Amino acid sequence: MKRTMYEKIWDAHLVVDEEGKAPLIYVDRHLMHEVTSPQAFEGLRISGLKVRNPHSILATMDHCVPTKDRDLPIADPIAKKQIETMADNCHENGLNLYDMKNPNNGIIHVVVPEHGFVHPGMVVVCGDSHTATHGAFGALAFGIGTSEVEHVMATQTLPQKKSKTLLVKINGKLSKFATAKDIALAITGKIGTAGGTGYVIEYAGEAISDLSMEGRMTLCNMAIEAGARAGLIAPDQKTYDFLNGLEFAPKGDAWEQAMAYWQSLPSDEGAEFDAVVELNGEEIAPQVTWGTSPEQVAAVNSVVPDPNSFDDDGKKLACSSALEYMDLQPNTKITDITIDLVFIGSCTNGRIEDLRAAAEVAKGTQVADGVTAIAVPGSYHVKEQAEQEGLDKILTEAGWEWREPGCSMCLAMNGDELSPGQRSASTSNRNFEGRQGKGGRTHLVSPAMAAAAAAAGHFVDIREL
Amino acid sequence: MQPYTKHNSIAALMNRSNVDTDQIIPKQFLKKVERSGFGAHLFHDWRFNADGGDNPEFELNKAVFKDAKILVVGDNFGCGSSREHAPWAIADYGFNTIISTSYADIFYNNCFKNGILPIIAAQHQLDALMEEITGNEGVSFEIDLEQQTITTPGGNGFSFELDAFRKENLLAGLDDIGLTLKHEDKISQYEEMHKQNFPWLWT
Ligand code: SF4
Repeated sequence: MKRTMYEKIWDAHLVVDEEGKAPLIYVDRHLMHEVTSPQAFEGLRISGLKVRNPHSILATMDHCVPTKDRDLPIADPIAKKQIETMADNCHENGLNLYDMKNPNNGIIHVVVPEHGFVHPGMVVVCGDSHTATHGAFGALAFGIGTSEVEHVMATQTLPQKKSKTLLVKINGKLSKFATAKDIALAITGKIGTAGGTGYVIEYAGEAISDLSMEGRMTLCNMAIEAGARAGLIAPDQKTYDFLNGLEFAPKGDAWEQAMAYWQSLPSDEGAEFDAVVELNGEEIAPQVTWGTSPEQVAAVNSVVPDPNSFDDDGKKLACSSALEYMDLQPNTKITDITIDLVFIGSCTNGRIEDLRAAAEVAKGTQVADGVTAIAVPGSYHVKEQAEQEGLDKILTEAGWEWREPGCSMCLAMNGDELSPGQRSASTSNRNFEGRQGKGGRTHLVSPAMAAAAAAAGHFVDIREL
Repeated sequence: MQPYTKHNSIAALMNRSNVDTDQIIPKQFLKKVERSGFGAHLFHDWRFNADGGDNPEFELNKAVFKDAKILVVGDNFGCGSSREHAPWAIADYGFNTIISTSYADIFYNNCFKNGILPIIAAQHQLDALMEEITGNEGVSFEIDLEQQTITTPGGNGFSFELDAFRKENLLAGLDDIGLTLKHEDKISQYEEMHKQNFPWLWT
C-alpha cells in the first residue's frame, strides 16, 4: 500500500489500536515552557506519578521573560512565581531546562532545532499550538493541552484520533520578494482558519524544496493558523545537513542507521491524500493581514476589502467587525496604512535568516518619526550570531531597539505590548483582537516587509524599493 | 472529573464566529500556576469595561443567561492557542455544554478532559437553536448524552454524533491517564522495540 509520510509516522508510533477506542500513539519528544506546564506537574504530584522518560523532555522559559534588564528580578509577582515554579518542577523531575540565565535560552520552537533535538519521523508534542514548527524536519509535531502534557509525562503516549491528510503544493518558484511567511499567509487566506481542521498538511512542490530550513520552520509554524493539526515537509539533504553535528543528532554508525530510516519517510509516489490544494509560487505577493484573523489577508499591492465583496454572510460580518476593530475603511490601499510600532521576532520569524532579511532592508534607513521598532531574537544563539554578523549594529543605527530573546510582543505576556489603538507591523503569527495588548491592532507581515514599514511609517511594496 | 449527566439547562447565545482562545481567556490570566479560578476571567476583554464593571452590551452579561450551562456559538469556536485555560475558564464559569458547527482541534480535545461536551450541529440546526433563543431568551434545552440528543421546547432538537470512547469517558467521568496505564505492558513492549530500532534516541 502506498502511504503518505503522515501515515508512515503514524503507523510506526501506534502502541494500542482497539476497536471503538482512540488509538494510543507513542511520543518521542516532549517540549515544555512555563505557561502550559505547571498544572500538569501539579496533577502528576497529586496522583503520585513520575515522569516516565525525562530524556524525552526539553524545557525553556520564553513566554513571560523580560526582554530588557534581565538581571533585575521580574517585576510581575505572578510571572515570577510561574518562572520559579517551572525551575522547581524541572529540577524535581530531573529535566533538561534552559532557564532565563542559560546561554541556550530562547523561544522553545527556536531553541529545539538549534540543538537537533527533533529528527525526521519523530512524534513531538508541546503544550503550545506552534509545535507544528518542527514539521519542517519531517516530524509529526503538534500542540496539546495541559491535561495531555500530564498524560504524556506519565505514560509517554497520547490517545489520538488519526487525522486526514491535505497536500498543499506550491508549484514553480516563488517570486523574488515572497517568503515562507507569505506562503503561510496566502494559504490561510485561501483555505481559511478552519480550512485545515481535522487535517495534517504536507507541503510539497518546487517552492517548498527551495526553502531553507528556517523558511520551512516559518511555514510549518503557521500550519495551525490554517486550522491544521500539524504541517510536514519531507526531509531532504538540507534537513540532514542542518542536523549533522548538532548536540542531540545521532553520531557515527547511529547517523547512518538514522539516515536509512529518514530516507524511507517521504510520501510514496502516488500515495493518496484526502484533499489537495495548489498554489502558484509566482503568484504569491508579499502579504499583509488587514483584519483580526490570519485569513483576513491581502497582497500588499491591493486594498482593504469591502465587507459587501464577500458572498458568505458570516464572512461579511467578520469583515465589518474586523474593520471596525482595526479602524480601517474599505478600499483603503494597504500601502496607505500607517503604523506605530514594528516587531520582528517570535517563533515564526525570530531566526537568523529573518534578522538578516530585516537588516538588509533596514540598512542605511532610519525608523520613521513616531514609530518604535524592536527586534527580539528568537534565542541567545540567534542573538549571538546576529551580533557576530553586525546585524544588531545595522538595526540600532537605523533606530531599532535590540532586545534579549523571548516571545515578547508575539503574545505580549511579558510587559512588551501595544497600547489601545496602536497599530503594529508584526512578524508574529496571530492578529487576534488584543493579542499584542488590549485594543492593539496587528498586521502580520514578513521580516523584510516589517523593516520596510519601519522606515516608511506605512506599509510599502518591497518589490518597488 | 464529574460524570456528565442528563440535564435541562438555560442556553446562552453568543452569535459570533471564530471566537479564539485569546478572547475566551486573555493572556494576562495565564500566569497562574493553579487550575482553578479562571471562570472570573472568561471573555474578560468583552465582558468588562475599562473600569472593571460589567459591559452591558456583552451577551453573557444578560441576566437571563446567568445560570446557563449551555453555550450556543458560531463556527470555529476555540481557534488559536492550545491553552487549556480556555476550557478551564468555561467549565469554571458554569458551562458544561457547547453547541457550534465546528471547533478548533486542540480546543475540542481539551473540552473532554474537563467534563465539557462540545456538540457539533449542522448549520441549519444551529441556526434554528439560535433563533429559538433569540425569540425566547432564557429558554432551557435538554441534553441527553446517553441518547445523544438535544430536546428544545420549540421542537428544534436533534441527535448528534460523538466518538464512542469520548462519550463513555464523559459519562463515567473517567480520567485518561488511568485508562492508558492499563496498557502498561503494551507501552513497555513498544519501548523495547523502539530502543532496538532507534537506539540513538535513547542515548
Ligand atoms: S513566539 Fe509566540 S507563538 Fe511562538 S511560542 Fe512564543 S507566544 Fe507562542
